Amino acid sequence: MAEAIRRQAPLSRWVIYAVLVAFAAFYLVPLIVTVLNSVRTEQDIGSTSVVGWPRELALSNFGKAWGTYCIAQRCEGISPFMWNSILMVVPATIISTLIGALNGYSIALWRFRGDNWVFGIITLGVFLPEQMKLVPWTLVLRDLGLSNTITALVFIHVIQGISFTTLFCRNYYVAIPPDLLKAAKIDGAGYFRIFWRIVLPLSPPILIVTVIWQFTHIWNEFLYGVTFTTGAQQPVTAALIALSVSVAEAPQYGVQSAAVLIAALPTLLVYLFGGKYFLRGLTAGAVK
Amino acid sequence: MSALRIAGVRKRFGAQEVLKGIDLEVDSGEFLVLVGPSGCGKSTLLNIIAGLEAPGEGTIEIGGRLVNDVEPKDRDIAMVFQSYALYPTMTVRQNITFGMECRNVPKRAQDEAVERVSRLLQIDQLLHRKPSQLSGGQRQRVAMGRALVRDPTLFLFDEPLSNLDAKLRVEMRLEIKQLHRRIAATIVYVTHDQIEAMTMATRIAVMHQGEVQQFADPETIYNRPANLFVARFMGAPPMNCVSARVVSAGDGLAAVIGAGRPDAIQLPLSREAEAGAGAFKDRAVVLGIRPECIAEEDRRFGADERGSIAVEAPVEMTEPTGAETIVLMRLGGEQLLGRVSPDVRLPVGGNARFAVDARKLCLFDPATERLIA
Repeated sequence: MAEAIRRQAPLSRWVIYAVLVAFAAFYLVPLIVTVLNSVRTEQDIGSTSVVGWPRELALSNFGKAWGTYCIAQRCEGISPFMWNSILMVVPATIISTLIGALNGYSIALWRFRGDNWVFGIITLGVFLPEQMKLVPWTLVLRDLGLSNTITALVFIHVIQGISFTTLFCRNYYVAIPPDLLKAAKIDGAGYFRIFWRIVLPLSPPILIVTVIWQFTHIWNEFLYGVTFTTGAQQPVTAALIALSVSVAEAPQYGVQSAAVLIAALPTLLVYLFGGKYFLRGLTAGAVK
Repeated sequence: MSALRIAGVRKRFGAQEVLKGIDLEVDSGEFLVLVGPSGCGKSTLLNIIAGLEAPGEGTIEIGGRLVNDVEPKDRDIAMVFQSYALYPTMTVRQNITFGMECRNVPKRAQDEAVERVSRLLQIDQLLHRKPSQLSGGQRQRVAMGRALVRDPTLFLFDEPLSNLDAKLRVEMRLEIKQLHRRIAATIVYVTHDQIEAMTMATRIAVMHQGEVQQFADPETIYNRPANLFVARFMGAPPMNCVSARVVSAGDGLAAVIGAGRPDAIQLPLSREAEAGAGAFKDRAVVLGIRPECIAEEDRRFGADERGSIAVEAPVEMTEPTGAETIVLMRLGGEQLLGRVSPDVRLPVGGNARFAVDARKLCLFDPATERLIA
């Protein structure tokens, strides 16, 4: 019986592998083309096509993309825009995660009248499309005097992120046994001390998940970046577009590919280092 | 001095009234056990005493001070939870000192207190460990240490032993009782286990459906249950409760099981019982008799020979436990449990002779279910 299965297995297994490899290759084609182009010279690409093997390894594209390439009349490469993105993503991620943790803690562990309503309204934000909020945000930013600033993007991403971070943290914190809170109250700990000394130390799994989620989401966000900032204030995702449209001469695919790869690097690194926590955190709910 | 006084406490959750007017008073140094089946309101009452829930009505006084509007931390109480509720990310030492840290106790005093308590509970080897590295019994000890370190007016225990296995439970039961004697603390202890209640309490409050059914010392609860609920709830195996009839016998009264049947059994009532039973003469009652009051025929109950009545009954089933044998028999058409010596061999399906101790009979009004004699 067992032997029969083993003898049968190869054919069906090869079919499965073949299908999986085909799909994987299909999905990877754009990445592979970009990576290959990033190390090809302009002449190389110009004389053949955008799809092809590099004739020689040209790493200079990365240097140009980072520091000297001209985007919108500024020849500083994408480095200033990378810096903009970091200035946006770091505070926005930290602040939205902390607010989410505090919200989740309040909703999950300090039951109050209407807490489920509050939770429902906050998480409604998860389902609202970005485009819907463009006009309201424009008005808010104008009234706050924040138009065309990185601060504006931080502000937007913190507010927008609260829905997700609250959802994540609340669902994690509901698994904390209520007796723990009772014990702490009798011990004399208040709202913030319980959060700081008991709940937060239990939170690394969910905080890692939330940070990864927020970081990649905010870093990759494009619509708000391109709508609410211009010129030197743009995050890198928005600047990459300017890079592809502003060139009057022949398109420099090599440098552009390198720029795209540099811009994608931070989220890739976050995923490589935090990915296993991400998968673990999404499935684990128990605090035991 | 009364350590705890509960007066007229009521509580409702939505439409359901879970506490229907509770009055209890506990003296300093007493070990009060709140016992009852799940859903009887005992844990809610404990939470109200702790200040974790507010009573709908009524007052709570701890150490002579009205505490209705006092925060849990300021009630001078300590609590041990069923789930232990140890802080998972803290070491045993930090678990024990957390409360003192919140109350700004100086570091030196904290260390002294940890030392005292950890030696008392023999957890001094575990102070650097995390709760996840402890066994169930050790966690229980740490949870008690966290309570003891406070030296409060009142200790509250919420089913602290129900997560332990049977053997450990018996050990910890003894330890808690010894601890109570050693530190002369006042304890309010919630459990659904009537054996825990009987073995540890100085006084028991039996609760059912949001009311205190009886509030008395264990002996009274066991021998003179105030109503049929208490009679059936306390004791394992439970008290036999069968219908009977009060009749006059000679110059006194007797209770008859299976009146009118050829196998009717007549049990004379004691002088004390007659006072209450008089009003029920020639009427139906519920007769309560503990299984240990029915034993093998040569058993003598106390010094008084007259208390022991010989009966013959068919044996339906036996359950040897080792220390004794539980026997299911039929008396006057009713099924009753008896407890006989383990070396007595009983013929299952046949008849056997038993001795009945008639001194401790309880009679209940079948309508109100209250104890009448």
